[in-house]
Amino acid sequence: MSSFKFIGQPIARIEDDALIKGAGRYVDDIHLPGTFEAAFVRSSFAHAKIKSIDASAARAAPGVHAVFTYEDIRPLLTQDRLPLELRLDPLPPNITPYPLAKDEVVFVGEAIAVVIADSRYLAEDAATLVDVDYEPLPAVSDCLKATEPSAPRVDTRQNSNIVKEFRQSYGNVTAAFVNAPHRAALKFKTHRGCAHPIEGRAVLANYDSIEDRLTVWDSTQEPHDVRGFLVTLLGLNENQVRVIAADVGGGFGCKHLMYPEEVVISALSRLLRRPIKWIEDRREHFLSAIQERDQYWELEVAFDGEGRLMGMRGRMIHDQGAYTPRGTNLPTNASTALPGPYLLPNLDLHVIVAETNKVATIPVRGAGYPSANFAMERSLDHIARTLKLDRYEVRRRNLIPPEKMPYKTGLAARSGSPIVYDSGDYPKMMATVLEAIDYAGFAGRQRQAREQGRFLGIGMGMGLKGTGRGPYESATVRIDRSGKVSIFTGAVAIGQGLKTALAQICAEQLGVRPSDIAVVAGDTGAISLGLGAFASRQTVMAGSAVHVAAVAVREKTLKAAGEILEVGAEDLELRNGRVEVKGVPNLGLSFGEIGLAMAGVPGYKLPGDLPPGLEHSHNFPGTSLTYSGASLAVELEVDPETGHVELHKIVVVNDSGLVINPNTVRGQVIGSVVHTLGNTLFEWMGYDDQAQPVTTTFADYLMPTAPEIPRIEVILLEYLGKNNPLGIKGAGETACIPVPGAIISAVENALEPIGVQIAEFPLSPARLYELICDARERPQ
Amino acid sequence: MSMHRITVTVNGRPHEVEVEGRMTLADMLRHRLNLTGTHLGCEHGVCGACTVLVEGRSARSCLMLAVQADGTSIETVEGLGAPNGSLHPLQDAFIAHHGLQCGYCTPGMLMTLVELLRENSEPSEEMVRKAISGNLCRCTGYQGIVDAALTAAAAIGRQKKADRA
Amino acid sequence: MKPAPFEYHQPRTVAEAVELLATLDNAKVLSGGQSLMPMLNMRFVVCDHIIDLNGIDELAYLREEDDELRIGALTRQRDIELSPIVRKRLPVLAEALRVTGHTQTRNRGTFAGSLCHLDPAAEQPAVALLCDAKVVATSRRGKRTIPMAEFLVSYMTTRLDPDEIVTEICLPLWPKRHGAAFLEFARRHGDFAMASAAVMITADAAGMIERCAITIGGVGAVPIRLKPAEDSLRGKPMDDTHFAKAAEACADIDAMDDVHAPGSYRRQLARVLTARALRQAADHLMNRS
Repeated sequence: MSSFKFIGQPIARIEDDALIKGAGRYVDDIHLPGTFEAAFVRSSFAHAKIKSIDASAARAAPGVHAVFTYEDIRPLLTQDRLPLELRLDPLPPNITPYPLAKDEVVFVGEAIAVVIADSRYLAEDAATLVDVDYEPLPAVSDCLKATEPSAPRVDTRQNSNIVKEFRQSYGNVTAAFVNAPHRAALKFKTHRGCAHPIEGRAVLANYDSIEDRLTVWDSTQEPHDVRGFLVTLLGLNENQVRVIAADVGGGFGCKHLMYPEEVVISALSRLLRRPIKWIEDRREHFLSAIQERDQYWELEVAFDGEGRLMGMRGRMIHDQGAYTPRGTNLPTNASTALPGPYLLPNLDLHVIVAETNKVATIPVRGAGYPSANFAMERSLDHIARTLKLDRYEVRRRNLIPPEKMPYKTGLAARSGSPIVYDSGDYPKMMATVLEAIDYAGFAGRQRQAREQGRFLGIGMGMGLKGTGRGPYESATVRIDRSGKVSIFTGAVAIGQGLKTALAQICAEQLGVRPSDIAVVAGDTGAISLGLGAFASRQTVMAGSAVHVAAVAVREKTLKAAGEILEVGAEDLELRNGRVEVKGVPNLGLSFGEIGLAMAGVPGYKLPGDLPPGLEHSHNFPGTSLTYSGASLAVELEVDPETGHVELHKIVVVNDSGLVINPNTVRGQVIGSVVHTLGNTLFEWMGYDDQAQPVTTTFADYLMPTAPEIPRIEVILLEYLGKNNPLGIKGAGETACIPVPGAIISAVENALEPIGVQIAEFPLSPARLYELICDARERPQ
Repeated sequence: MSMHRITVTVNGRPHEVEVEGRMTLADMLRHRLNLTGTHLGCEHGVCGACTVLVEGRSARSCLMLAVQADGTSIETVEGLGAPNGSLHPLQDAFIAHHGLQCGYCTPGMLMTLVELLRENSEPSEEMVRKAISGNLCRCTGYQGIVDAALTAAAAIGRQKKADRA
Repeated sequence: MKPAPFEYHQPRTVAEAVELLATLDNAKVLSGGQSLMPMLNMRFVVCDHIIDLNGIDELAYLREEDDELRIGALTRQRDIELSPIVRKRLPVLAEALRVTGHTQTRNRGTFAGSLCHLDPAAEQPAVALLCDAKVVATSRRGKRTIPMAEFLVSYMTTRLDPDEIVTEICLPLWPKRHGAAFLEFARRHGDFAMASAAVMITADAAGMIERCAITIGGVGAVPIRLKPAEDSLRGKPMDDTHFAKAAEACADIDAMDDVHAPGSYRRQLARVLTARALRQAADHLMNRS
């Protein structure tokens, strides 16, 4: 938008100055004198009764100050289990984790005891001396098997392996199927893995007995919620607990939760009156940080002779893991994301959230949308194949056209609000990406390649993401008496360039350079309310809060300056930290002078009798989501002799509404794409049939690395969001959604002469080779 | 267990430290010398976040014992900029090309690329990608990092030509 | 993820090192550390003593002598990769090293260390077997030379006695005019090979294959020489039909099964890579004429 001065500019990030020098302050970089370090003793069984725990040898080990089990910790807390996050989600009781395992362990990696010692080295030494006597119990490894009546109990303290069942329905699916000329029964298996931010979880708790306050530096996406939960669990008030998200080395969803470890470390710091630190190691991340995992989709698709969807019905079974610490928004999101940008007139989806003896699942980047998008995109490919139509002609016939926007889907969000897509031109987004990848020329490229014995394929998918989730986000914008402009927000910086975006939005109103604005994010001591970093919401919600607050501060600054200078506010302008009379720059005041005036002098009036200070706080309300979209096309080559897939080119068209900083939005798009590219071709979080994890190091769990990634071309389109004044939409996740569907479609397209059909991801070369062999053996 | 007194030069400054045999080089740098720019991401030698230069060669500091660094010269991210505060061309390029997001993998990436650019002043994109194949990044998708490396290579090349002229 | 406590020793000579190894209980030898350190950090290996060979300067050398390449045990993979001697006389080794791990691991990792660790998917043991390498092992009791075929016993198990360290590896050199290729199938650049095929080949004046060596790595518990295929190719022309036929020998390999790939798929990879490596080696040979 050319009318902006700072918004829309690809300015360098204000975060970079410290980070590029290695001067970031991640939790483990904070060295407080006298800090003790923690190591956790974790279950080596997926399911077992704990008969006894003998920590005597551990307690006597060098450098050890204490060893705690559940019995020792419980007196420090007000309740047995961690509170349920997203507590308004109606769910059965007794589904959240214990701070340390109580009597029974239900996943490999569940924390049983904690050793507090002088160093992590000594704590780990002592942890090996803790003797746990287990009585193994049957473990459930597969969520489908978990739903069978004969399945063993995942947790003997519960009555069922099923946490929740619900339906997503609208229209009249029965009638749709009766009338449908075509019906298909399709099954899909989707899998996502671990979040794996390069910085794992980390917490440093310091109880200061002078101030009677617990300060917790936490690598978290939700410091205000963590503070709130600690207040509840420790029986304190909010003045007694401060949670600070310092520099966070990535989150991707796994830090959007308060874990047992954070509770234990915080409680013990208060008890021992010492700073205590726990730094997650990578093995612990594999075992005990949340993941996403399997979803089984069994769908019937009804369509007409033109390839238009008439209805979908079926069921989806979701692997929840052994605990439900944060509601069931992940499978809920997946169920409401199924239609995506496509017209689906009738839907009836039965969702079963089933437990397994594995660590809990909560959203990882994409939050269930990629799996649902996969089911839809594969279904559309099936329709195209059945009717012998071009895959993208089928999509053209099904995409919601722009004249139908805003589009009421018939679905409701968990708050009960109807899901309405506010803006976007989906056919144009698809056309743009197909043109950018030269889809028109592809048939020729493919034919030429086939003549050389090479198998080229092309695929495209499109997904939408509800962004800007409410109910609010907070911001205070302040000009202090030094003239410094500061932003305080409950939003959290986790690498996405949040501070820069907020500074740009504020700069737009106040006319100072973004690099001159201090942004304080993720500190409960700086602002009392906040929700944090998740669901691609902060540029929308915190950005809007900053915008509203900055507008108010701008108006007050002008008014105050006008009062002091005895000039009408309309004759003044903000320039470089000053308020000046238009056309007469010498006649003006610095921000500092105005700030000083507005701080008041005892016994004297404030300028114009205005209320004191130059600051404004705003909690931007959000009851509806704004829908960001991404269409993605990929061209690749398959070697049918080995199953190797080589990506040649990727193009993404991304709509995130008004772009505040194109560099950082591009960065989010590319990062998102590579994440689910990893999930599609490389990442597999494997467990055996006893729910023992079999991929527990980076040698077995394959993260995408630079040589495997092709150049990704990003085209940014802006369809303004309707739920906020600037028209922003989130950008953190959208582009990850269409990746699995597009890649798998392209692989199938490459192998069309062989007739391979793929209904799953991840797709390893070994698995693809197996599918190729199966296809070759099948009668054509 | 015995303690070992070692002398290590880090970013040009000598340090005398007493360490346990099993202490890793990464932990010594981070916690004994307070050089926390070198990060730990996996401690089993895959993620590359801990990469430093030992006698000019990139190494995973989580896979070296501090005692093994006795008598050696080590470079970490803290030593990249000039004493007057100006940044290394790679650091400038990372900022210009949005080559960092959360910043956690960045020091390891930088040290790996410093080595590449010292050995090869005109790397191709493929060479850059292979050079950082041992460094994981979950945020950027690598493209900004690759672009930064190519830009920095060109900048260093130009500076060398200017210095020779 | 911190190692369990151990006593650290840094001998300065081979004699000191083998004396320590003979006298200390529960000791492990450390060279490059790229395999041992992760296992120590994860406490998969717990030992009372670490004998660090990195201070033994006399073990870092690479020289051509008597038509052999002699590589001291502390020679870094990166130095071998960049060595002009290796690139000229044993290009297959340089080619294999380019896809072995990453620069950071090759800067520290040693050729000898890779042979001793003997991961089935490692590239260097496969090349060593291809070359009929001779491993010189030293102990307090003296020195002995172990042919590579004997050195490889079974899964991650070598012929070394508990009190021996490898001090040198000798690689007999092929004629200057030979074709070579190292191909591997790995999930990502630098990963261990799910399967690898290493080939060296010479031909007579008529273009018929004179000498041929083929090693398959990553498929069996140890690298395997495809002797039947080598024999079948002697005297044959260097064409794809013969190469494909020779590659069929991979069908008989006793292949490993694990969570990442079944044995049948590894055999398939071996077959494909063998044919391609033979082709590439033949082309390499033709280009050198």
